Amino acid sequence: MTAKKRKQMPDHRGRYGEYGGRYVPETVMYALEELEEFYFSIKKDRSFKHELSGYLNSFVGRPSPLYHAQRLSQYLDLNHIYFKREDLNHTGAHKINNTIGQILLATKMGKKRIIAETGAGQHGLATATVCALFGVECIVYMGAEDIARQAPNVEKMQLLGAEVVPVESGSKTLKDATNQALRDWVTNVRSTFYIIGSVVGPHPYPMIVRDFQSVIGQETKKQSLKLFGRLPHLIVACVGGGSNAIGIFSQFLGDKSVKLVGVEAAGLGLASGKHSASLRKGRPGVLHGSYSYLLYDDDGQIQLPHSVSAGLDYPGIGPQHSELKDSGRVSYGSVTDRETVSAFKLVSRLEGIIPAMETSHALAWLIKNKCKMRKNDKIVVCLSGRGDKDMAIIDKWDKK
Amino acid sequence: MSNRIQELVAESSNHKLLIPYLTAGFPSLNETIQLAETAADSGCDMLELGLPFSDPLADGPEIQYSSHQALQQGLKFDEILSAVEKIRARIEMPLIFMGYYNPLIAHGLGDFVRRAAGAGIDGLIIPDLPVEESADFKVACNKQAVSTIFLAAPTSSKKRIKMIDKNSTGFVYAVTVTGVTGTGKVFDRSTDNYLKKLRSILDNKFVAGFGVSSPADARRLGALSDGMVIGSAIVKLLRQGKNLIDRRMKLERFLSSIRKAI
Repeated sequence: MTAKKRKQMPDHRGRYGEYGGRYVPETVMYALEELEEFYFSIKKDRSFKHELSGYLNSFVGRPSPLYHAQRLSQYLDLNHIYFKREDLNHTGAHKINNTIGQILLATKMGKKRIIAETGAGQHGLATATVCALFGVECIVYMGAEDIARQAPNVEKMQLLGAEVVPVESGSKTLKDATNQALRDWVTNVRSTFYIIGSVVGPHPYPMIVRDFQSVIGQETKKQSLKLFGRLPHLIVACVGGGSNAIGIFSQFLGDKSVKLVGVEAAGLGLASGKHSASLRKGRPGVLHGSYSYLLYDDDGQIQLPHSVSAGLDYPGIGPQHSELKDSGRVSYGSVTDRETVSAFKLVSRLEGIIPAMETSHALAWLIKNKCKMRKNDKIVVCLSGRGDKDMAIIDKWDKK
Repeated sequence: MSNRIQELVAESSNHKLLIPYLTAGFPSLNETIQLAETAADSGCDMLELGLPFSDPLADGPEIQYSSHQALQQGLKFDEILSAVEKIRARIEMPLIFMGYYNPLIAHGLGDFVRRAAGAGIDGLIIPDLPVEESADFKVACNKQAVSTIFLAAPTSSKKRIKMIDKNSTGFVYAVTVTGVTGTGKVFDRSTDNYLKKLRSILDNKFVAGFGVSSPADARRLGALSDGMVIGSAIVKLLRQGKNLIDRRMKLERFLSSIRKAI
């Protein structure tokens, strides 16, 4: 695949190669058409871009720094590990880059009611935050199990005025929260804007979320050239749905010298059946509106994923990642819960930065694969979020 | 090549089609077979069999419940096909599968449709497969003379309704409410206007579904459509039944009351 062809993705049918598309009930088809049309009409509009970057600068706190993690570099006997500090954004993760963009679309389209799904609560928090900022009603669907393991985020969402609706069906995690959000959308589609939190769902969502997250890659590119006078050798990011990874990768897809690695959650191990590694262990299928790699059994029933991190605990992945895997442009690895928790603790001690459990997957992959790096390689890890929300998980882990 | 659905629809000029929905495997697969017979003996014209799916995102609480219960028993697609063969051996009316798209992908589109047709299925309704994504699905169905039944919604534009009509073979399924199945909403003038709009655009006959729960609903919708699908109300009724006999009796009474109303 040529870089130019990839740059034009998705095609007019919302496809990335064979992946993507729009597999949703007829009731919401018109809303997707309307959103796509509105987005194309506004995305290059100068005043929209100006407004968006204004919020990104003064509300979110962008640009986020590219930080030289010296003690981790030293520990791994490498010289140049850098963190792209998305954890320093307002609300503590990359998620707000997208919700700021989508709330602007929603309000300009005249929608007065916002719904969202959330796993770790980071997207829910980022959505509740922008809804408070714009004074619109916000309903967040969250699996009952996730509510238990990410309690601080639930309290924050409520403080910000959002209604957090516990979802008790299925695995009680992100997958089921997404089902319930889609059911709400089908019911209230005329009044409601659905702010999807990752590069998943029906077209145009994977494209819109990618575009709003691509600010991570744009900044990283500029900062790399300024800091070390060249593009990085390697960029590593965790993937659940895959929005922080697409955000940073998207600006380097045409730069063949830059190796890109996405890291999935191997949970209790790839052979255990208890993981969230859709790309490594799944097959193409349809869930939540798009055709992409997915974990399911011989009858097509979706399998329950597992991960120590609520944000990666999802059986599917964004369609563009599926294309990037098949084409080989991005390599996808995985690390287990145990390796992740070790990385979480190590980086906290060495750098004074508590990384999110999701992000810790990318760090764990780097630690595990340090032997494959050359000492002077410039390595960037997308530090997608901060980990103070994960204290309960660590506490539980340590008591096990 | 026409099939049972197309023949029936062609013959039924003013007769309103009554199509009950049963979740395959709820409360058990054996009961599904017997309940199908009850439906056939209660004045119904076709039977819709729901294929339980782990993530039924177009369904409300009743069908979520029945699907979950069916899957909890470890129900497999092969077993559902055997049950369909038994139903087909006993009753003549058209049988339709309603299911989500991923199981079709898992089995392979061609294989899935061939095996369903072989067991006696005449049509497929896939709520998460809009016309735009259905090219391969239609090829597989046409090859086996299986009807493709697409859904129209109150939010569908005239252009979309025409496209849905063109791609449906047998009839069109008119979703009466913006919502999931079993909403229990009250039908009002906007429902009437929507059904009148469909009547003016569609070449195919169309049946109304989603939220039909009483003879009064049926009368109202029947006057402006060619029939109706009733699903969640039946699941709810079956959940109240004490045993198979009780469930058969409740189903028989309910369907007969609907039949009389239309």
